Order: sequence, then structure tokens, then C-alpha cells
Amino acid sequence: MEKLPSLHLSRRGLIGAIGTLAFVAAARPSFAAGSVMSFDELYGKFGVLGLEFSDKVKRLAGQEISMKGFMAPPLKAEAQFFVLTEVPMSLCPFCSSDADWPDNIVVVYLSEKQTFVQPRQTIEVRGTLEYGSWTDPDTGFVSLLRIRQAEYSAV
Amino acid sequence: MRTFLAAFAATTMLAGAAQATTVYPLDRATILAGSPFDFKVELNKQVKPEDVKITVNGQDYKTVLGGEAQFVELEKGKEDKALGSALLLRGLKISAPGAYKVEVAAGDETKSVTWNVYETAGQPKAKNIIFLLGDGLSVAHRTAARIMSKGMTEGKANGRLNMDDLERMAFIGTSATNAVDTDSANTMSAFMTGHKTAVNAIGVYADRTPASLDDPRVETFGEAVRRTTKKSIGIVATAEVEDATPAAVVSHTRNRNDKADVVGMLLDVKPEVLLGGGSAYFLGKEVPGSKRKDNQDYIKLFQDAGYKLATDKNELAANASAEGNLLGLFHTGNMDVTLDREFLKKGTVDKFPNQPGLVAMTKVALDRLSKNPDGFFLMVEGSSIDKMSHPLDWDRAVIETIEFDQAIGVAREFQKSHPDTLIVVTGDHTHGVSIIGTVDDDKPGTEMREKVGTYAEAGFPNYKDENGDGYPDKIDVSRRLFLSANNGPDHYETFRPKLDGPFVPAVQNEKKEYVANEQYKDVPGAVFVQGNIPKTGDSGVHAVDDVVLQSAGPGSEEFHGYMEQSDVYRVLADTFALGAKQTN
Repeated sequence: MEKLPSLHLSRRGLIGAIGTLAFVAAARPSFAAGSVMSFDELYGKFGVLGLEFSDKVKRLAGQEISMKGFMAPPLKAEAQFFVLTEVPMSLCPFCSSDADWPDNIVVVYLSEKQTFVQPRQTIEVRGTLEYGSWTDPDTGFVSLLRIRQAEYSAV
Repeated sequence: MRTFLAAFAATTMLAGAAQATTVYPLDRATILAGSPFDFKVELNKQVKPEDVKITVNGQDYKTVLGGEAQFVELEKGKEDKALGSALLLRGLKISAPGAYKVEVAAGDETKSVTWNVYETAGQPKAKNIIFLLGDGLSVAHRTAARIMSKGMTEGKANGRLNMDDLERMAFIGTSATNAVDTDSANTMSAFMTGHKTAVNAIGVYADRTPASLDDPRVETFGEAVRRTTKKSIGIVATAEVEDATPAAVVSHTRNRNDKADVVGMLLDVKPEVLLGGGSAYFLGKEVPGSKRKDNQDYIKLFQDAGYKLATDKNELAANASAEGNLLGLFHTGNMDVTLDREFLKKGTVDKFPNQPGLVAMTKVALDRLSKNPDGFFLMVEGSSIDKMSHPLDWDRAVIETIEFDQAIGVAREFQKSHPDTLIVVTGDHTHGVSIIGTVDDDKPGTEMREKVGTYAEAGFPNYKDENGDGYPDKIDVSRRLFLSANNGPDHYETFRPKLDGPFVPAVQNEKKEYVANEQYKDVPGAVFVQGNIPKTGDSGVHAVDDVVLQSAGPGSEEFHGYMEQSDVYRVLADTFALGAKQTN
């Protein structure tokens, strides 16, 4: 007798959870914050004569995505943008204007200035995906992949 | 490391600006007769042109140097800081050998320098030169390479490296004009111009103005070979082809990071063979993977200039004996190291799975260059000995040394059938590394430092090479060589090879300090090693110790005792008789 209500509740909770999951999954294409991008999915092809963005990048351009990675040390203590890297960077890719451009990074433009986090801390960035060459008018920096109007949090 | 070097260069440049009047070339410069160079005088004060008096060996400088210097009323530094007046005369040549005393007087400033202009043999001693440079090649690297590759029984090596049998040798001092410690740019520039220069500079004296491409130039060996001979030029590296060492064969910049500009300078000189990594600087900025800031397509510009292009091992092999110039680019950045490329398949090998190695590249370069009846100059760089020593990844650095030695073997084979070839093998600087014994996993206990064997406790390592390829079949054997760094950032010593990919010893924190990478903290037995260089440094640094140069073939008799890097150039120039015009 005692077990029945709890069983009933559990089942209801379970059904509810399934329902929510199904709803999110179904709604993902039209809902803003859904698509998760990983560093492995950025490029479809690597080659000496250039890289090619993946179909997923092309498909999700202009949409909101989320991506996990590490914050590379920014140029200034409080910057409007930083670089999201796949692994904690031992070299700051923006320390000098001559810096090399690793393939496994994405530039993140924040919707508002946020403070720096430890480079060893995994963060999740949410914002609008953009690809193609773009030169930052303030720093002259050329980037190929960006997340704009972004915000981030430690995970 | 780059950041550290840049900051270092900036401080030393500022210090230089506060000193006395400077004349370029510097005092005690050695200059190849007939070789073009830029003459610059930097005064500390702003003066009028009529107040400046310059004589060379007591005569008016215009008579001796054959031209009038452009007077710059006021040079400006960063933020328009007034630096003083300057005089600049570009591209002058001195044909007659001898001592040239240059005296400058302007108001209360005076300066005197003496240059030594030298001639060379009238006839070449060798038809070909193969210059093999192990970047960062230290004595510990070669000792470890010999033991890992050949083995050791009862204290005697079971075999010899190819470099062990180069009979003539010298110790080479590697210091820069602005520092006791050097970098690859300064040393290779000295090897390739006969002039020492500052850290980060290539083919120029480092002047006080901020622009990096306008500094007083000196002729490179590549340019001198072009000017005086019909020989071919080859450049082979496992780094980016626009990295300091390959760049220094032909380029001029105060800042080795001007890689996009270096690609243009490579195209200006057009080496017949150019093989390595670094395609990112050949691609216009619209192409994903590009590191250019303009849309110049240098792949196309090289092709338009008659180059065949190879982008992987198969295309390189297909081009081995073809005619014409060859551009081989096998990675957007530095090529993967041998341990990752051939054995572990780590690093970026999944993205660039078909990269050739240094041995294959050297063979193709020799096949093609040797078609020229007038001979050739080939520079081969084992680039990643250094690139793996900075992050203290000693196993990768030693495997690179073995590969470099196998490339030396290819050169020695060529020399057997072409005895009119000078082979030079050297490093450009050393690293602070030594072998101090072994690490034996079978010693009792869990603390790894207790498994380090020194003196009699070390025994011998148990690497095996059963397939006879010259590389140990595995590097994580139970009793392995223990190489230790004498400098570095905070890091974790794991006492084990890094099988998951190259070691990243330190990462930056929010204070821009490099701290130990905690990724290695939980490796069983890992111990924290406190750094002993400034916290701005992310990796181990170059050592000031002399490098060993070894050589064989005609011209090699000139290498002996202690020499400066800049003296090496003179031997190369003498071997090709570049002080005596051969073609016009």
C-alpha cells in the first residue's frame, strides 16, 4: 500500500522527464539556445591548401549555439572578446599581433565585458555562430570563426 | 617562448637606444669583399647634416664607400619619441680587402669602428655544400640519440651515428649582438651572412626604429650564391619554411615573426627546392587555415613562377626526379614530429596523415639539385629538436635527433659519389639538458624519484631496435634514459615519455604568469618542479653553451678550434669562392 503512491509518482516524474526531453529535442531547430558545437565539428576537411568548414558550421551560421572549451589569456584584463580554445593554451594566441592562428580556436565577442577566468577552467559559451574572414577594426585581427553576442559561464 | 623573446628584445632595444652613437655594421664586423650591405649611423642628438663628419681610413666616406648617405634629420621611436639624427647608405660594396676604420664626428658625439673586409679563394674548393642544422642540437641530444638508436654494452656504444664520423670540427660561440643568449634567428643569420645580429633578427643589423623591415641589411648566403654563381639553392625544414632557420638563408627582417613577408622574400630569391611546413602563410586570408592578413595567394604566385607543388608524401615522391623548381608544403604549421608522425599518430597527424619526413625530403632535394652541373647549396634543418626541447619533451627531441642523423646519412651517401661536396653539421644553440642516468620502473617503491638511477645504480637502458629502422621499437621501456632540464617554468616531472602528445609543461594564469600544467599532476609519481626562470617564460630556454660543428669534404679543413657563428659563413664563402666573381 505504501509503495504504490511513490511508484505512481516516480512513473509520473519519469514520464514528465521523457516528455521534456522529447520536447527539447523536437524544438531544437527552431529554439535559440539548443545546438551544441564541439571543436571536432568545426572543419569538414583539413589540408595543406586550406581547411573547409563543416556542413554543421555552415548550417548553424547565424543561429545560437553553445560550445565548451577554455579561455585563452586575452589581450587586456577586461576585453570585449577572447579566444576559446580546445585545450588550455600554454601560449596566448593574441599576445602579439604576429601571433600564429591555431586551427582549434574560435573567437568569442561578448555582448558585454566580462572578467577573465583561469585558463584551466572549462567554460561554456553561448552566442550566435558566424564564419568567414573578418578583420577586427580595433585590433586588426583576422578571424575565421566567431561566436557573437556571447556570454559564458564556468562549468 | 615567442612572447618571452619579443619582450626580451624590446627591453634590450630600449637599453641600446640610450647608449653611444651606433654605426652599422658594428665594430669588428667581417664583410665579404664585393658583398652589398647597408651602412647606417645613428646619432643620439638631432644635428644638422653639415655638422656630421664621417671618414673611412682618413678619407671622406663618400670616396671610399662610393655614395652619399641619406640624412635623416630625426628618427622617431614608439609614441613619436625623438631618437636623434641618422645617416643611411644602402647597398654599398667594398671590393678591396683590408681593414676599414670608420670615424664619425657630430657635435660632441664621436664613434669609431673598424671592419675587416676579406676576400676568398679565387677558385671554389667544392661544387656543392650541404649545410645540416639541428636546431637546438646539444651534446645530450646526440648522446641520447646514439644510445637509444644503437644501444650500449658494458659502457661502449654498440654503433655510431652518422654525425659521429664527420672528422673535422670546431666549437661555435653563439651569442648575439645584444645578448649573451641567442635564438635561431640570430645564429642562422650569422651562419648565413657572416654578421652577428640581435635576437629575433635575420639578415639585418637591428636598428633603433620600430619598423622591422627597414633595418640595415647584409647579404645572405642565398643571395650571394645567386649573385656570383649559377648554382641551385635548396631549403628543407620540418618547421614552417618561413620559420627563422629556413628564412635566414634568404630573408631580411628585424622580427622573425614577419612570416607573411618572409614568404615574399623566399619568392624573390626563388630557391629551386623549398620543402617543409607553413602553408598557412601562403594562403590568402579568406581561406580557412590562412595566417595572412592580405589576400595574396602565394601558392599561385610560386606556380606562376614555374614551381611544381607537392602537398604530401606521394606527391613529393612523384616529383623526385622531375625538372624545374619544387615547392613542397606538407602542413599548415610546423610538421608533426617523427614520434607522432611515424609511431604514435598523435599531434595533428590525423589532420595531415601523409607527411614526408626529413629523410625523404632530403633525398628528393638532392636528386633534384644535383641535376645542376654548376652545383648547389642545400640547407637541411632538423627543426623540431628545438621545438620539442622547449617544452622539455626529451623523448620527442631525441627521436628528432635520430631522424636528423638519418638525413645526415643521406648526405654522406651522396658525398660518396660526389666527393666535391662539403658537408657541415651543426646546431644553432644548445638547450639546458643533460642525461643523468636512467629511470627504472622495476626499482622498489612508488616514488618515481627513487627509481632514478645515478652512477652505478643507473645500469643501462633497455631500448630495442628489432626491426632495424634506427629508432627504438618503443620509448616507454622499463629502464629508460633520464634527461633532465637545468631550467624551465613551473611544471610536473612525470619521469615518463609523453605518449598522449607533446608535453605542455606550463599554462598561463590570469596574472599572465606561467604555472605548472595540472594536466600532469595526477600522473602516478609526478612531482612538482619549481621553475627557475621568470614566470613570463612558458618553456625551457636556450643555453649559452657552445655548439659543436662537424664537417667533412673539401673546405672542411678550415673548421677548427673556437669560432664565432659569423666565422662559419667565411668558410662557406671561401669554399664556393664567393669573393671572386665566377659568372660576370
